[in-house]
Amino acid sequence: MTSATTAPGTRASAAPVAGGNALAGTRTLIRFALRRDRVRLPVWIGALLLGTLTTANSFRTLYSDPQDRANAVAGADSPANLALSGPRHYLTDDGFGSILSHQMIGFTAVLVGLMSVLVVTRHTRAEEETGRAELVRSTVVGRHAHLAAALSVAVLANLVLALLLALGLTGLGLEGVDTAGSLVYGFAHAAAGLVFAAVAAVTAQFTAHTRGASGAALAVIGVAYALRAAGDSGGDGALSWLSPIGWVQRSYPYVDNRWWPLLLCLVCAVACAAAGFVLSTRRDVGAGLRPEKLGSPTASAALATPVGFALRLHRGMLTGFGAGLFLMGAMYGSVLGEAEDMLQGIDEIEEALARLGGASVVESFASMVMVVLTVVAAVYVVMAALRPRAEETAGRAEPLLATGLSRSRWVGGHLAVAMGGGTVVLLLAGLGFGAAGAASTGDAGLLPDLVGAALAYAPALWVTAGVAVVLFGWFPRAGQAAWIVPVYAFVVGYLGQILQFPGWMNNLSPFGHIPRLPAADLDWTPLLLLTLVAAGLVWLGLAGFRRRDLDMK
Amino acid sequence: MTKAITVSGLHKSFGRTRALDGLDLEVEPGEVHGFLGPNGAGKSTTIRVLLGLLRADSGAAQVLGRDPWADAVELHRRLAYVPGDVELWPGLTGGEAIDLLARLRGGLDRRRRAELVERFDLDPTKKGRAYSKGNRQKVAIVAALASDAELLVLDEPTAGLDPLMEVVFQDVIGEAKAAGRTVLLSSHILAQVEKLADRVSIIRLGRTVQSGSLGELRHLTRTTIEAETERPVTGLDSLPGVHGLRTVDDATGRVRFAVDGGLVDGAVRKLTEFGIRSLISHPPTLEELMLRHYGDELAANGHGAARDTDGEPR
Repeated sequence: MTSATTAPGTRASAAPVAGGNALAGTRTLIRFALRRDRVRLPVWIGALLLGTLTTANSFRTLYSDPQDRANAVAGADSPANLALSGPRHYLTDDGFGSILSHQMIGFTAVLVGLMSVLVVTRHTRAEEETGRAELVRSTVVGRHAHLAAALSVAVLANLVLALLLALGLTGLGLEGVDTAGSLVYGFAHAAAGLVFAAVAAVTAQFTAHTRGASGAALAVIGVAYALRAAGDSGGDGALSWLSPIGWVQRSYPYVDNRWWPLLLCLVCAVACAAAGFVLSTRRDVGAGLRPEKLGSPTASAALATPVGFALRLHRGMLTGFGAGLFLMGAMYGSVLGEAEDMLQGIDEIEEALARLGGASVVESFASMVMVVLTVVAAVYVVMAALRPRAEETAGRAEPLLATGLSRSRWVGGHLAVAMGGGTVVLLLAGLGFGAAGAASTGDAGLLPDLVGAALAYAPALWVTAGVAVVLFGWFPRAGQAAWIVPVYAFVVGYLGQILQFPGWMNNLSPFGHIPRLPAADLDWTPLLLLTLVAAGLVWLGLAGFRRRDLDMK
Repeated sequence: MTKAITVSGLHKSFGRTRALDGLDLEVEPGEVHGFLGPNGAGKSTTIRVLLGLLRADSGAAQVLGRDPWADAVELHRRLAYVPGDVELWPGLTGGEAIDLLARLRGGLDRRRRAELVERFDLDPTKKGRAYSKGNRQKVAIVAALASDAELLVLDEPTAGLDPLMEVVFQDVIGEAKAAGRTVLLSSHILAQVEKLADRVSIIRLGRTVQSGSLGELRHLTRTTIEAETERPVTGLDSLPGVHGLRTVDDATGRVRFAVDGGLVDGAVRKLTEFGIRSLISHPPTLEELMLRHYGDELAANGHGAARDTDGEPR
């Protein structure tokens, strides 16, 4: 392994502001990184910008009446809601800007953090892991150039995002959304992005693998979010002051327009980045500070079965989705008790609920939440069902299928984990939703009702997996088209209720045929039919895969 | 006795690219069969057809007396495969991958697995993502050799192995052969095939251009002779089968030429007329066998030496 640390004078130049030598080539690397990210970064920035602007713009119709705004603000004043949004101080102001900042910053700060983390690990650790950094570093490139270039690109992306947000929000011309507030709003995002970019600069030094480096940085984002959620939901909010997301929320755009919490972020970012530069001199190129973990020298008996093996490959994702959906269900469940007060102010939602007919507000709200939960479960199912394709193109199917494992059993193992795992994930979502819902409403009967309502969606998940396997068997290159199923289900099932799509659009989605429990009555016929359709699709997909060539490198 | 592998007139195209164009191949049971050809000649495609991973467009193929496409699974229990470019699961250790592959093939010999891990100096506790190319290759080799397969299908198995491990690999294949197993060894490393193979098939552009034992193929090719004689040699270039005669050293009158197999006798007789002081004869290496078949390609790539050994255009 090439070692940069053995060069004389290394320790002396460890500081981030080392002489020109350690940073030689940084400008070229920045230009190179921008060239490589010429699609990725504009898409990220564009999506964040568009998401914010459309949300802000929708307030115009959603809260057209000042009374609507007052209702929304009053409805947001509960521990569960504050945990999902932000500090209580925003509720003292019922302007558009205040509502926007309260609802959005906590959530978008996580996304900006995600963007920044991925930029940094992509241009540092991923380059080293693939061995490309070694090649680049053998030219006239300083030892800090890679990290400096990656951080510069992250800074640049965040600044552009901040300015565009400020410009775009001011341009909307919403009442109370002024230039000064929009500038604070934009730079609050940049500040969060910078902190997490710098955090990634540190985590990238510890492990030798990109996934580990990104994962550790994302875990920091997760902890930061959880700290502010705990802090904001009650008490004096002391915990929120431990979280960079808590800091940016406390810049109170449009309310107080405070800049100093953002300076706190800047100080934290500079300190983390400096730590990253120092740590990077304590290790070899391509290696991590933490030695590689070793595993078992032999396989367990279960690993050599198709299902056991697939389960091992899907393990991480399955646990992640299971825990995530349980928590998501629990979060929605905890606000179920307040659903009635919360939704009364919003006309569109009230109309949509009325169309579901006869049910109570709690039941109707639960049915809509169920759509969201199942779409997330469908995301897992699509990822898991497309896994055989990923294995095939990565060249890992070839040695397996040259053993006594038949093609059908190999795909069958993955499908079993996709379909069975999807059902388990759904069950966990229902359990979280039902348990927290029963607690918040004081109605213990909700637990079995909501678990049952969630499980009723299982046949639709199986059809989703079936669509993916048909694409895999017959049109392997078009496998990603299976994403249409959850995306369409979300657009039609969730937005369609509000935007009043015609009925046939709903019927095109497998999720559209599931009775909307608990608001509607249980009807077994569609569930059985969907199960049969799923079985037919799986059979068809396997037949296609058995007769086609394997794609190999 | 049925042949281990018979292939005749195999065709396979990928879109407009013709990968196999009427390929023939016969492998006898118990032999090590070298499968030679430059990159892109169709070696891997042939092997993948033999494994039932690809379906041939036309032509017949039989492995251990069965159809590789229809009976893929039953066949796979009797053979073991090492791909040329081994990809492992990033989260599984090498040891787990060995066990997984060998068990799916129908079990493995624990003692032999331990012995092979030791001989190939492989750390089975490392995760797949931490292995170098050579170590990934070792994982597949150990998995293949630790099971009791009748037929070993090895597609450039030693790419990425260091010379020391290359020697271990040759020993291990020698032992497999002694145990009566059949080996199909694809390679473009000629020295390796020369050491291990009983018979070779040379393919090019999806077609078999030559097939036979090394002895038979040598017969077809030219022996290089270098001689120093008392008196200057004359009249040698008029003999049949002598090519590329030239004087290496004017002072000693040392000459070098190539002579077609079977015509060596006449050339040496002629040399004796001038009083031989020293005589060196090189049997044709596989390098030269290959160059005879691919010489034109090398020449087109600007490699002048191809013409040198060959003497004249074919």
